[in-house]
Amino acid sequence: MTDAAALQERTRALLAAHPPATTDRLDFLRARYDAGLAWVHYPVGLGGLDAPRSLQAVVDAELAAAGAPDNDPRRIGIGLGMAAPTLLAYGSDEVRSRFLRPLWTGEEVWCQLFSEPGAGSDLAALGTRAVRDGDDWVVDGQKVWTSSAHTARWAILIARTDPDLPKHRGITYFVCDMTDPGVEVRPLRQITGEAEFNEVFLTGVRIPDAHRLGETGDGWRVAQTTLMNERVSIGGARIPREGGMIGKAAAVWRERPALRTHALHRDLLALWVDAEVARLTGERLRQQLVAGQPGPEGSAMKLGFARLNQAISGLEVELLAEDGLVYDDWTMRRPELVDFTGRDAGYRYLRSKGNSIEGGTTEVLLNIVAERVLGLPPEPRNDKDVPWKDLAR
Amino acid sequence: MSHEPDLLYSDTEDALRDAVRSLLADRAGHQAVLDRIETGDPYPAGLWPALAAGIGAAGLLVPEKLGGQGASHREAAVVLEELGRAVAPAPYLTGAVVATETLLALGATDGPAAALLAELAAGERTAVLAAPLTTAPRAADALFGATGPARAVADAAAADVFLVPRPDGLYAVPAAEAAVTPATALDLTRPLAAVDTAGAAGTRLAGAGEARAAVRRGLLAGAGLLASEQLGLAEWCLEETVRHTKERYQFNRPIGSFQALKHRMAHLWLDLVGARAAARAAADALAAGAADAELTVSVAQAYCSGVAVRAAEECVQLHGGIGMTWEHPAHLALKRAKADQLALGSAGHHQDVIAGLVDLPAPA
Repeated sequence: MTDAAALQERTRALLAAHPPATTDRLDFLRARYDAGLAWVHYPVGLGGLDAPRSLQAVVDAELAAAGAPDNDPRRIGIGLGMAAPTLLAYGSDEVRSRFLRPLWTGEEVWCQLFSEPGAGSDLAALGTRAVRDGDDWVVDGQKVWTSSAHTARWAILIARTDPDLPKHRGITYFVCDMTDPGVEVRPLRQITGEAEFNEVFLTGVRIPDAHRLGETGDGWRVAQTTLMNERVSIGGARIPREGGMIGKAAAVWRERPALRTHALHRDLLALWVDAEVARLTGERLRQQLVAGQPGPEGSAMKLGFARLNQAISGLEVELLAEDGLVYDDWTMRRPELVDFTGRDAGYRYLRSKGNSIEGGTTEVLLNIVAERVLGLPPEPRNDKDVPWKDLAR
Repeated sequence: MSHEPDLLYSDTEDALRDAVRSLLADRAGHQAVLDRIETGDPYPAGLWPALAAGIGAAGLLVPEKLGGQGASHREAAVVLEELGRAVAPAPYLTGAVVATETLLALGATDGPAAALLAELAAGERTAVLAAPLTTAPRAADALFGATGPARAVADAAAADVFLVPRPDGLYAVPAAEAAVTPATALDLTRPLAAVDTAGAAGTRLAGAGEARAAVRRGLLAGAGLLASEQLGLAEWCLEETVRHTKERYQFNRPIGSFQALKHRMAHLWLDLVGARAAARAAADALAAGAADAELTVSVAQAYCSGVAVRAAEECVQLHGGIGMTWEHPAHLALKRAKADQLALGSAGHHQDVIAGLVDLPAPA
């Protein structure tokens, strides 16, 4: 049941039984999940067929050709990319059956309650407390940079369950109900004027022990599964030349000759080369993954992407002269999707500042490259063996 | 234009790399190179015959029916990565790539051009284009109107034959009939000379029209594959720097544990990841004869020449005092990287080529 031909046949059978043209979108997605064609590398009964992950492309191509609806992956990226692999690896049978299907169909949106005001790059220093009370845990604390919190039904949460242990050892991983009355979500307005993210205040939130993932105190290890998957989720699609932000700047250059200067020309060409090399790097990474030779190059992608986006959008604002002084709209909004290449140059310039901060700052990622890829020794540390409660804060 | 590049290394390419690396370790270690660079003959003893004929690297670009190995620019690029790592003196880029590709581009299957090509492919003779190392592919035409000796001809000392552009075509001139005046090169591992062929008749290989296109193609292959040499060189610089900063203790810790240093090395690694993709893309585009080969080559040159210089400069700086000494090989890499930056068109030149190809014109 795991070869391409069999998957193709199974996909066609799904399409025949549930013709996309006459089937309700959600009904189709549920049927696809139940047929094991949601994510073929997942186990049978949980939307998959225990098939090689690479064969998903066979299913996707067949479905796309038939005009079948998808589960709008950009809207539920945290659920698909981070919550699902963790639920799969650490959830009980009950937890996996309860959560994975509506997660995949998009009926239930997920968010991630990890970062805190006092625990950003040093995530393991987090201070949100979870205290055992009968069959429940009671959670108090504050989380931040939570995208989708205002639309999410569930959250993955890490909280401190033992302040007397060193920081990495006293953390536990939970599934948190975002409709609990103790959960308060407040939009967090950014320098762009809008609020993609939220602050989440947790006051006496009750979580049943059955919604704990992994052992008590083992949450840091569980969180590595989540974070590992965050970093792997790049590099799927082949990008055309000038496919990213450079295309915007190049278009302005072509359309408005009056704006051209020699200094900007040199900068533009250097960035065009960098963008093309970044595209080739992504393409090479994709080929490595397809060939089953994943390398550490993935870490390079985010670092390069952040620097390029910032430099290109900065150049574009400068190139636009008087128009660069104008901003499209400062109105406070809560977008459901973020498009780094959307809106105008001023927005792109401001939004791209977050690219070197979100998902691991550039400085932390450089440490990771230096230590894990190049094997350079770590800085001496004084925080690893000290009880969390005694750390400076 | 719909050519989808293969940016990975094949098993054959990996095997070739192993063979070249082990040969270079044996014959052209850094000490061996250092020992010879101030003599008139920096080429390590026995290296060229073993590389060109023994491994067959001289004939990689040449089809079997013309006496070569019937491989491609992809394999030649791997050889250059290794030569760049070792900073080894060998007339490979100049002879086995630029001159060989030029002769190939003439398309002759018999006559003097084909005969010379077969000798080059077999490693029996070495030819070098009588043109400055700085000549960019698009400057090929100008070579045919040039007068006087050609300055800064790389590997002239290793050449048996010069390919000489003249107004009425491309000529083969035996080195013995040319006046070769060595220059003191910045990069002692790639010797330079002024070459004067005015007194030699030579053999005409092709008329001016086809010869111009052929020399341009030879230089384009050279520029594209130079990116692989730069990649290999940068890779060695980073590896040496990482090794040194792990072992060197100051302030009671390995200096590589300081973020101020490790971030610089991480940045170099990022540059290398990009350089590898760019260099592979150029080699693959040349091998495939892709419609966008010139663009891909210019992207690789515009990117990789800066990466190699940066890596070599960081290698010197992060080695501290030892990096400034003659006995440490870092200066070999620095001098090669700096000279390579000027070779076959500067980064700025290649940016201008890109500007024309992708319609990003300069201000009026």
